Amino acid sequence: MKHTLSVLVENCPGALSRITGLFSGRGFNIESLSVAPTLDPTLSHLTLVTRGDEFIIEQIIKQLNRLVDVYKVVDVSEGEFVEREMALIKVRAEDETRAEILRMCDIFRCKVVDVSPKTYTIEVTGPESKMKAVTELLKPLGIKEIARTGTIAMAREKKSV
Amino acid sequence: MAGKDIIVEALKQEGVEVIFGFPGGAIIDINDALEKDGTIKYVLVRHEQGATHAADGYARATGKVGVCLVTSGPGATNTVTGIATAYMDSIPMVVLTGQVPTALIGNDAFQEVDIVGITRPCTKHNYLVKDVKDLPRILKEAFYLARTGRPGPVLIDLPKDVQNQKAEFKYPETIKLRSYNPVLEPHNKQIRRAYRLIEKAKRPIIYAGGGVIISGAHKELKTLAETIHAPVTMTLMGLGGFPGTHEYSLGMLGMHGSYCANMAMANTDLIIAVGARFDDRVTGKIEAFAPLAKIIHIDIDPTSIQKNVKVDVPIVGDSKLALKKLNKIIHEEGRPDEAWKDLHAAWWDQIKAWEKRHPLTYKLDKDVIKPQYVIEKLYEMTKDKDPIITTEVGQNQMWAAQFFKFDKPRTLLTSGGLGTMGYGFPAAIGAQMAFPDRLVIDIAGDGSIQMNIQEMATAMEQRLPVKIVILNNEFLGMVRQWQELFYDKRYAATKFHVTPDFVKIAEAYGANGFRATKPGDVESVLEQGLNAEGLTIMEFAIAKEEGVFPMVPAGKATTEMLLV
Ligand SMILES: Cc1ncc(C[n+]2csc(CCOP(=O)(O)OP(=O)(O)O)c2C)c(N)n1
Ligand SMILES: [Mg+2]
Repeated sequence: MKHTLSVLVENCPGALSRITGLFSGRGFNIESLSVAPTLDPTLSHLTLVTRGDEFIIEQIIKQLNRLVDVYKVVDVSEGEFVEREMALIKVRAEDETRAEILRMCDIFRCKVVDVSPKTYTIEVTGPESKMKAVTELLKPLGIKEIARTGTIAMAREKKSV
Repeated sequence: MAGKDIIVEALKQEGVEVIFGFPGGAIIDINDALEKDGTIKYVLVRHEQGATHAADGYARATGKVGVCLVTSGPGATNTVTGIATAYMDSIPMVVLTGQVPTALIGNDAFQEVDIVGITRPCTKHNYLVKDVKDLPRILKEAFYLARTGRPGPVLIDLPKDVQNQKAEFKYPETIKLRSYNPVLEPHNKQIRRAYRLIEKAKRPIIYAGGGVIISGAHKELKTLAETIHAPVTMTLMGLGGFPGTHEYSLGMLGMHGSYCANMAMANTDLIIAVGARFDDRVTGKIEAFAPLAKIIHIDIDPTSIQKNVKVDVPIVGDSKLALKKLNKIIHEEGRPDEAWKDLHAAWWDQIKAWEKRHPLTYKLDKDVIKPQYVIEKLYEMTKDKDPIITTEVGQNQMWAAQFFKFDKPRTLLTSGGLGTMGYGFPAAIGAQMAFPDRLVIDIAGDGSIQMNIQEMATAMEQRLPVKIVILNNEFLGMVRQWQELFYDKRYAATKFHVTPDFVKIAEAYGANGFRATKPGDVESVLEQGLNAEGLTIMEFAIAKEEGVFPMVPAGKATTEMLLV
């Protein structure tokens, strides 16, 4: 099962490597990871997507909590939550495909953020499923480059970190 | 005040009495500051690994934080085995390493190594100090982290420039660590739930680990066992947490545990686990482990609970506090003594029958010395002297665990989790530094003792009367035993074709050396060795291919024991 963990951690050197080291050292897998400071600059917010049965997830959460730098861990995927990812996709846009790409952007509510004579760069935001759908559709047109963020997530309503 | 003096002051405020270390360019300033100050005793070892094990032995014997001080680069990397050893057994330790000046960090400077990176997975926490102003706080935190919650080693890396920068010294009085709050107080509701299981159990067993010793819960444990009339079995780390001579003690369980303890674990209907972690050496094949049992698990570290086995009543908290509460409820519920006895009478009959069927035993030989016999004699001759026993790793360690009886906590110091050969002797040095007047004995194998034998010079220099009992089988015996049993006796890389003359080694260091080669010599050599003044080696030429039994082959169910 896929789980999305929201982790608040002290914003200090080594904290991130302690967390990633914990995963590699214990044979757990990180599918995606994103980190940024919170409103309180001494804390970082980390969203981590991992897989495992309930025992493994329980161990992961406990192990994370055991780290001296980790302030709080919540499995947001335990309840209702929203998750978003963002991708920048540079796609070949020749005369005959330019219109089609724009139409697709419209349907998926993507934005064109850079234009050149031969390419469009498109910004896509949404859950992982949407990233997949958009890339699949753009692939035949010729994707030249792609950059993706990890997932960020937030529990709905009161279960906030 | 300069960083180096801040460090010395902080160590004094933490009550540090002794530091084990080895000098070098990146730590010379702190050695200098310690020397000038003159309050704290410094023990110069002969190898940094020795320093870490000595600090660890000091910590295990006293319950206080052990401290080491080493230089950067190779000095720092030499501490890794000792740090990992302490980490696996939850031993409080602070390791101070010198580092190249901050401006050179990352430049592959002379004797630079990223020791913070290297030790991240084997320390409870570690620090690189970049600003002298952070020093007092970091030192305070390090000692606090090392000794609270589930204890463990903490490393502080000290760049040379930071050691010499100046700052105002004010040692913080309180600790502010919002992200570190170990749960000590167990949940009352969980204790009640535990009682409900205990009340109904017909075949309970108490399974005690090192947590009992760390939290000082031995009295509470004894009260519990005696009140509900339950048998107690211990892990290697738990030995001494419950008196080994008590009628309710089944001895050690697991791979080389007693037949009775393993049979009892396999047939119990309730395991009361206290400060133990269901390690693979204890459970054997996990699918076959204690199939009929409900499990109550008391541990300070939530990650230990539900890690290897499914638990019915998890209790996160300090073992001593948890047992206190549990004992209180048992007392309040007021079940009469006779009722507990009756409830478990059939269980005890069964246990006694197992004990009788396969007691811990070995075959004596009139021509060759049996190692078990040496340990038995050693026990008889020293039990009234309240000795501290350290061990090396291998068969020597298991024979010590099986045939020596530990009645008090902190009397057996042994590397359980990591199984570090070379641990015992430096650990004995640490223990003897803490208790100069007690009898401290390292039970060693001929292989392990050679891993840190250089510390004989340290012991001589400090005039420490450590006694070393070498069970010499001219083999890496424990590995040889596996080869005998599971590799068609192909003794690859386990036979020593050259073994030094240990008596001469002793003499070369100015210590005493005695050797026994026949069973008839055992007592007199022990007698002479134990009574000799100062550092002493007693070497016993034991049966070369003696095995440790019972034995549960790795990966097998604990009931599938190979017996004598
Ligand atoms: C540092 C280290 N290296 C290797 C091992 C693997 N090992 C475990 S027991 C053992 C043999 C120990 O030999 P010795 O000290 O002579 O003890 P004996 O088993 O013969 O009593 C070895 C090599 C270990 N535990 N530690
Ligand atoms: Mg040997």
